[in-house]
Amino acid sequence: MSAAWVVVLVAGAGTIALKGAGPLLLGGRELPLRAQGLVALLAPALLAALIVVQAFGDGRALVVDARAAGLAAAAAALLLRAPTLVVVVAAAAAAALVRAL
Amino acid sequence: MRPVDRPHRHRDGARRVAPLAAVVALFGVTFGVLARDAGFSALASIVFSATTFGGSAQFAAAGVLSAGGAALAAATAALLLNARYAAIGMSVAPELHGPWWERLLRAQLVVDEVWVISHTGGGRYDRRLLLGAGLTVYAGWVAGTTLGALAGSLIGDPLALGLDAAFPALFLALLVPQLGSRRAAAAALLGGAIALALVPLAPPGVPIIAAALACLLGLRGPRALPEPVEFEHRELLP
Repeated sequence: MSAAWVVVLVAGAGTIALKGAGPLLLGGRELPLRAQGLVALLAPALLAALIVVQAFGDGRALVVDARAAGLAAAAAALLLRAPTLVVVVAAAAAAALVRAL
Repeated sequence: MRPVDRPHRHRDGARRVAPLAAVVALFGVTFGVLARDAGFSALASIVFSATTFGGSAQFAAAGVLSAGGAALAAATAALLLNARYAAIGMSVAPELHGPWWERLLRAQLVVDEVWVISHTGGGRYDRRLLLGAGLTVYAGWVAGTTLGALAGSLIGDPLALGLDAAFPALFLALLVPQLGSRRAAAAALLGGAIALALVPLAPPGVPIIAAALACLLGLRGPRALPEPVEFEHRELLP
């Protein structure tokens, strides 16, 4: 079996288990009150982490490159209350522009 | 806007997530192209997208393989990047009922964009929005991968299009409506700071999982949550 198929099988099965564990074990049951307080903050915490890692991370290095320009453009578009699609296109266009310069 | 007395329907989820699904589909094309370069057959890259269904994890795995890394190292990188889905799965578990196989299948659709779109505030999730948005994004990701894997050589360099900058922008657009409370803003700041600090120190994926610790801020203060507010979603379409 090729290395690629090993990756597909191991990562695929592992991800199915990771995503399914909570709903399989706790499905349909209310989380305890304490846990609800935590879960409510999970989305903002994880989203902020995804943003900084995807905008400034490059392997184990932090870099400021064209993606930072894209993020700045996205922030500006959001301040102007642009719809999400416009925000994303503005970010991609800004990054592409910086790379083309 | 949805009249307040009507429950969410599957198609509401599909409609809300449509612009995001378009970006995901483009990213799927990119993944299909890169996976072929990294040594995946067309079938392997499509099956990878259909089972792992996690963009960052799949890009990381393909990256490790094409840099000459071992298969298990590549799979580990992917699983680290998808480890956040264990926590995300817990958060939606109360909304998923029915037989075990149905819960397992529905849970597979809960990727970042879908999860956020179906958040109705206060840590509550709507199962119809989850399914409608989840199927839409899944279709986009797998179809995009298929196109990229089969027709990759016809497509130019996606980085020149600035596609890699689209994702932080997408997540920023998803984050802003989540910042309704002071505490949510504090969790976002702390989560971002933890991730930033750990990028140089830890393998990819770990900074994001560690950022989940920021939700421990929820242990402070009043124990009961405020009543779930009707969460105003910004219109995503122009």
